[in-house]
Amino acid sequence: MTDQGMFGARGTGDTSGYGGLVRSAASTGSSERPYGSYFDEVADDLERAYPLFSEAIERVVVDRGELTLHVKREKLVEVSMILRDTLKFEMCMGVSGVHYPADSGRELHAVYPLLSITNNRRIRLEVSVPDSDSHIPSLVEVWAGNNWHERETFDMFGIIFDGHPGLTRILMPDDWQGHPQRKDYSLGGIPVEYKGATTPPPSERRSYK
Amino acid sequence: MTTFDPYAPSRDTTEGTVYSVTGQDWDSLVQEIGSTKEERVVVNMGPQHPSTHGVLRLVLELEGETVTEARCGIGYLHTGIEKNMEYRNWTQGTTFVTRMDYLGPLFNETAYCLAVEKLLGITEDVPERATVIRVMMMELNRISSHMVALGTGALELGAISPMFFAFREREIVLDIFEMISGLRMNMAYVRPGGVQQDLPADAIPKIRDAVKLMRKNFKDNTTLLVGNSIWMKRTQGIGYLDLAGCTTLGITGPVLRSTGLPWDLRKVQPYCGYENYDFDVITADTCDVYGRFLIRMNELEQSLRIVEQALDKLEKLEGAPVMVADKKIAWPAQLAVSGDGMGNSLDHIREIMGSSMESLIHHFKLVTEGFHVPAGQAYVAIESARGELGAQVVSDGGTRPYRMHFREPSFNNLQATSAMSEGGMIADIIGAVASIDPVMGGVDR
Amino acid sequence: MGLEEKIPSGFLLTTVEKLAGYMRKNSLWPATFGLACCAIEMMAVGSAAKYDISRFGMEVFRASPRQADLMIVAGRVSNKMAPVLRQIYDQMAAPKWVIAMGACASSGGMFNNYAIVQGVDHVVPVDIYLPGCPPRPEMLLDAILKLHEKIYDEKLGSNRADIIKEVELAAMNAKPTIEMKGLLA
Repeated sequence: MTDQGMFGARGTGDTSGYGGLVRSAASTGSSERPYGSYFDEVADDLERAYPLFSEAIERVVVDRGELTLHVKREKLVEVSMILRDTLKFEMCMGVSGVHYPADSGRELHAVYPLLSITNNRRIRLEVSVPDSDSHIPSLVEVWAGNNWHERETFDMFGIIFDGHPGLTRILMPDDWQGHPQRKDYSLGGIPVEYKGATTPPPSERRSYK
Repeated sequence: MTTFDPYAPSRDTTEGTVYSVTGQDWDSLVQEIGSTKEERVVVNMGPQHPSTHGVLRLVLELEGETVTEARCGIGYLHTGIEKNMEYRNWTQGTTFVTRMDYLGPLFNETAYCLAVEKLLGITEDVPERATVIRVMMMELNRISSHMVALGTGALELGAISPMFFAFREREIVLDIFEMISGLRMNMAYVRPGGVQQDLPADAIPKIRDAVKLMRKNFKDNTTLLVGNSIWMKRTQGIGYLDLAGCTTLGITGPVLRSTGLPWDLRKVQPYCGYENYDFDVITADTCDVYGRFLIRMNELEQSLRIVEQALDKLEKLEGAPVMVADKKIAWPAQLAVSGDGMGNSLDHIREIMGSSMESLIHHFKLVTEGFHVPAGQAYVAIESARGELGAQVVSDGGTRPYRMHFREPSFNNLQATSAMSEGGMIADIIGAVASIDPVMGGVDR
Repeated sequence: MGLEEKIPSGFLLTTVEKLAGYMRKNSLWPATFGLACCAIEMMAVGSAAKYDISRFGMEVFRASPRQADLMIVAGRVSNKMAPVLRQIYDQMAAPKWVIAMGACASSGGMFNNYAIVQGVDHVVPVDIYLPGCPPRPEMLLDAILKLHEKIYDEKLGSNRADIIKEVELAAMNAKPTIEMKGLLA
C-alpha cells in the first residue's frame, strides 16, 4: 500500500469507469515456517495426529494473523475429524463459498472457519474445486451445524456436497434457476426511471476497480 | 417426474417443470399421509404468522398436540445483500450490512468495519475515542435488542404488558441513537476507520440520565416475570438443548451460555478494547427457555455497567479524533446540521474549496472511487446480542469487496428448533423459537 | 348543515357515503405483515409506548387476514415471499387498503437486485406509499391519517362506478415517468 499510492490509475490506466468492474484473482502462495503464535502448534499437532499431512494439505497460509489450511477435498472429512477430536476444534462456524472465475481449475472455494473453545483458537479450512466437477464431501456428520450452511453454499454457488442429508435450495425459491452469488450471475437490477432519464442498476454503472 | 415429493409436487408443462409451492397442494399431501393410517397432521405455520418472530415458516407434523417433526423454512427475506455489496464501495458496505440483523445494526457495522480494518492493517490506528464510542453504541444496541427479544417473546407466550415496558425502554435507547447518529435504526454510523461523527456536546449527561432511568425501569419487567409462576410453568423445562447439542450445531450466544459454559467473545477473544471494561458473563445451568430469559435480563444490567465505564472514558478523551488519521482512508466529511438538514459542514466546504487542494482531492476520490484494500481474506467475530457474528471479507485489492459473507448467529441458532421442539407441544415451540431470538433479516441476508 | 341548527336538537344530517367513510376510517384494523426493519418501527407505533396507534382504534393487529382491513407491507418483499403476500391480500375481505411502508415496499429501495420485488405494487394495489428507511413512527401515523382521509372520501354505489371509470381513463392516458419533463426541460 505504501509503495503504490492509494489513488491513481492501475493496469490500463483507464479511470473513467466505463470499462466496467474488472476482477482479478486473489493472491496465491504458501507461508514459510515459523508461522507465529499458536499456528505452529496447530500445524505440528495435526502432522502428528495425521501422518498423511503433506498429501492432504496443499498449502498453509498465514496472513493478517489468521491460519488457513488449504485441504484437498478427498481428505477433507478425515482432516476435519482429526481436528475436531484430537485438536479439539469443536465448533465450525459455517461454510462460505467464494467464486474465483479467473483461477481456472480451482474456481470454487469453500471456506470453513473453525473455533476451539477448549484452547481458544481459530483456524480456517479452505477447499478448492473446479467448476466442471464441483463436488465436496459433506461435513454434516462431523459438525451438524453445517447442514444449512452447505445448503446455502449449494444454493448460492452450485457446490454439491456429497453425503448431505437433504441438499436443496434454502434462500431462493425452490424452483429458481441459477446460482446467484457466482460471478457470472448478473446482479439482476432494473434501471431506475426518472423524468426523462434512467439510472442503470449498480452492476451496469460506471465502476472503478 | 416419477418420484412424488409431497412438499413440492411438480408437473411438466410446455414451459418446463412447474412446482406448486403456494400451499394449495394439501389435498395430495393429506392423501399421502392418510395412507400411513396414523393420526398425523401436517400443519404449516406459514411465513405470515403473529408468533413466528418474523417471516419464518415452520412445517410441523403433529400427533394430537405433540410435535413429532418440526422443520424450518427460511429464505423469505433473502435480499442478496452479500452480492449487492460486491458492486459498492467499502464504505457504502456499511449501509448494506446494517440492514441484515436489523435489531442490532451497530453489531453488523462493527463486525464489518473490524474486518475491513484488519485487511487494511489499521486496527491499531483506529483512535481510542472511536473505539470507546463503538463499544458504548454496541452495548446500547444490545439493550435495545434484548428488549425486543423479551417483549416479543413475552407477547408470543401471551403476556402483553412486558411488551409495553420493553418498547418503552427501547424508545429511550433509540432517542440516544437519534441524538448521536441522526437515525433511530439502520444508522450506518460505524465506518471503516472510526465512526462517522463525534458525539454532540451535551450527549454524555443525557446518556447518564437515560442509564439511570433505564435501571429504574428494568425493575418493572423483572417484578412482572421473574418468579411469576405462570411464566415459569410456560418456560421451565421447555426448549432443552445441552452443551453437546450446542457445540455440534455451532450455537453461540445466550443459548450456549444457558448450558453453563461462560463463552462470551468479549471476555475470551476481546476486541475493541473490551478487556479494559469490568463486567460479568451471565450464565444459567438449566438449558431451557427460562434460563435464557434470565440471561438476557441480567445482561441488560451488565451492558449498563459497560456504558457507564465507557462514558467515564469518553469524558477523559474529550476532543480526540474519531476517525483514523490516514487521510486516504478516513471518511472526509465533517457533518453539521444547517438550514436544510444535516450535511457537510460549511467549514469543511470552505476548506476543500478554498484552502486545501489535497483535502479536495481526498474528498473527491474517497467519495467517488473509495479507498483500495490490499488483497487477502479476514474473518472477524464479535459477540452480538444473539451470538457470534462473524464477518468474512475477501478483497482482491480493489475498491469494492470481492466477496463478503456474514456468519450470522441466528442462521445457526435456528437449526436448533427441531432439536428443541420435537417431542413437545405446539405451544412450546413458540417459547423455544422466542428463546433462540432469531432475526430473519440476519438468517436470510 | 344549516338545516340542523333550525330544527330542535337531536338531528344530524349527513350522506350515506360520509357515514360509511367515517365508520370505516375510525375502526381500521391492520393485518400483521411485518417483514423486516420497518416492522420494528411498526411495532413501536403499535406498542402504545410512545407513538400510540390505539388512539385511532388500530392497536388490534389482526393475524387473520379475514378480520383485517388494512395491510401495512412493512419491509422488503423477496421473490419467495411475493406469492404469500398476494395470497394474504386475496384472503382479506373487501373493503381493504394497502400501505406500502418504507422504501423497499414502495420501490425496492436500496436493493435493486435479483432477490427483491421492485415495489410491492407489482403484486398488490397500493393506496399510500410511505418513503423512509425506515420511516419514523410519526411518518407512519401521518400515512395512516392520510389514508383515513382517503377512506372518508370514498364513494359508494353509482358514484363509485363513475369514479372508477374516471380513474381508469386517467391512468390510461397518463404519461409514463420517462416521458415527463423534469425541471431542466
